[in-house]
Amino acid sequence: MTRGMSYADVMARRDAIVRESVGLDYARYETGALAFDYERLLSDTGYGLDEVREIQARTAVGNTPLVELTNLTALVRAISPPGRGARIFVKDEAANPSGSFKDRRASISIHEARTRGLHGVAAATSGNYGAAVASQAARAGLRCIVVQEAFDARGVAQPEIAEKTRACEAYGAEVIRLSVGPELFYVFLRVLEESGYFNASLYTPYSILGIETLGFELARQHEEHTGRLPDVVVTTHAGGGNVTGTARGLARAGATRTQLVAASVDLSGLHMASDRDFNRKSFTTGHTGFSLPFTTWPDRADVPRNAARALRYMDRFVTVTQGEVFYATQALAELEGLERGPAGNTSLAAALALAREMEQDRTIVVQETEYTGAGKHPIAQLELAHRMGIRVTRGDPRDSRPGTSILIPEHPAQIRVVDVDLERVRRSYLENALASLPEGSRLEEADLTFLAEDTRTSVSRVLEVIDELRTTAR
Amino acid sequence: MSERIREGTWVELHRTLLAPGERAPQVPDETQNVPLEMKVKGFLTGDSAIGEDAEIVTPVGRRLRGTLHRVNPAYDHGFGAPVAELLAIGAELRALLEA
Repeated sequence: MTRGMSYADVMARRDAIVRESVGLDYARYETGALAFDYERLLSDTGYGLDEVREIQARTAVGNTPLVELTNLTALVRAISPPGRGARIFVKDEAANPSGSFKDRRASISIHEARTRGLHGVAAATSGNYGAAVASQAARAGLRCIVVQEAFDARGVAQPEIAEKTRACEAYGAEVIRLSVGPELFYVFLRVLEESGYFNASLYTPYSILGIETLGFELARQHEEHTGRLPDVVVTTHAGGGNVTGTARGLARAGATRTQLVAASVDLSGLHMASDRDFNRKSFTTGHTGFSLPFTTWPDRADVPRNAARALRYMDRFVTVTQGEVFYATQALAELEGLERGPAGNTSLAAALALAREMEQDRTIVVQETEYTGAGKHPIAQLELAHRMGIRVTRGDPRDSRPGTSILIPEHPAQIRVVDVDLERVRRSYLENALASLPEGSRLEEADLTFLAEDTRTSVSRVLEVIDELRTTAR
Repeated sequence: MSERIREGTWVELHRTLLAPGERAPQVPDETQNVPLEMKVKGFLTGDSAIGEDAEIVTPVGRRLRGTLHRVNPAYDHGFGAPVAELLAIGAELRALLEA
């Protein structure tokens, strides 16, 4: 019998393909109409923090340096009120084998695939994660397929993704490059079905457990360096894995009072499934096009239950502009001698603004850097922006408009964060939760407890908001 | 007649996976109106020419078919010309530090 390959045919087989390729029966963890046992889903994998650290040590992943940015700290103090300007640190994750923290994320999936005796792994990603999976797979002797959203209908490749194609191919992976659209998932399902490879999704428990070591190491290194735990950790935020894993790792190191700030590049107004908008953005991840939908409904991922649940862990959610990140990138290179890529510099831009609000004896840690190079660089991105007719000038970044203009600050004091209203995010999450409630089912006690945990509020607050939403809907 | 490309050459194939109108229902018009295209690289399994139907073996050993699109395709992403808006930043920041 021939299986249908149309979009609708393949999507209808989605649950079976995903179950088979991840090897996890998510249905086992359901505890209500919406609720599932999140902690058990993670702990049932059998990987504790110590084992994850051992596996990563064997593949040269992790144990990256924590670097104090003394010159940027001095700069911030020079433009802050007396007594203000926290000490700024960065965790130099570019020192991982493929150049980003994503190696942590890939390592446990690849270990798991090898343990299960599979021949290969596949991942749907246009970012660093592809290179990380390909690199870890190469070392483990596994084959690797990466599916990317890479070019628009005119054939113009986003330069950062072109660089990821090159990196994945350098590690011996097969790279399937696609034009713009969410059907990347459809193609990925076909690849999984045809290859029988392990689905190294960004959103499985393995992926999140692999990131916990980042938060854990960061806290320990900070203690060694300063004698205490960090006050603030800033995490670049997209699909939620970085926030989730880092926060869980910090908690394991006892850093429960450290404030976790999620930072994204503001790309408001640009549609993520639009062929027209695809090359009008200078950032391919760490932006609001991912972070807002994933924070307000994590289970839109390529697995039934997303192990990255950022709203549970973030204390604050801020955005910065594209121009501010380019400015921070240049500042890091010229004042600290660290030329690094856009992902970590998103949280660096936020940290430069946040440090100015903090006392001098406080500390703020940027929890990642990534490698930089051809395509993956402000010059390449601004050149593309120029070709796309986007105005690039110096000025107040507040006046910029994603897809139309990029304003590079004229002074570091112009770098500011804009807070995303977490109450609105929670309300939007609950709206999405209600919309995904299966027909004919109602919220049980387990669901309310789950929603309270997922939104980091209380059952009474969840009930209150749901009541308001239902009143408005009527 | 176009130049024959020998078996074993590293090439890129192109294929249309979904025609306009067959795309996911939720995509905006500008995406719905264009095809979902795929490009993938591997070694030719037989002699072919640009524009012909061809088969490759990918680096993981999979056999895939499509239209022969590029031969030994270059990685042509780079940096481009230095950007004036960024060039000035370093000196400005050092001046602030030394003030």
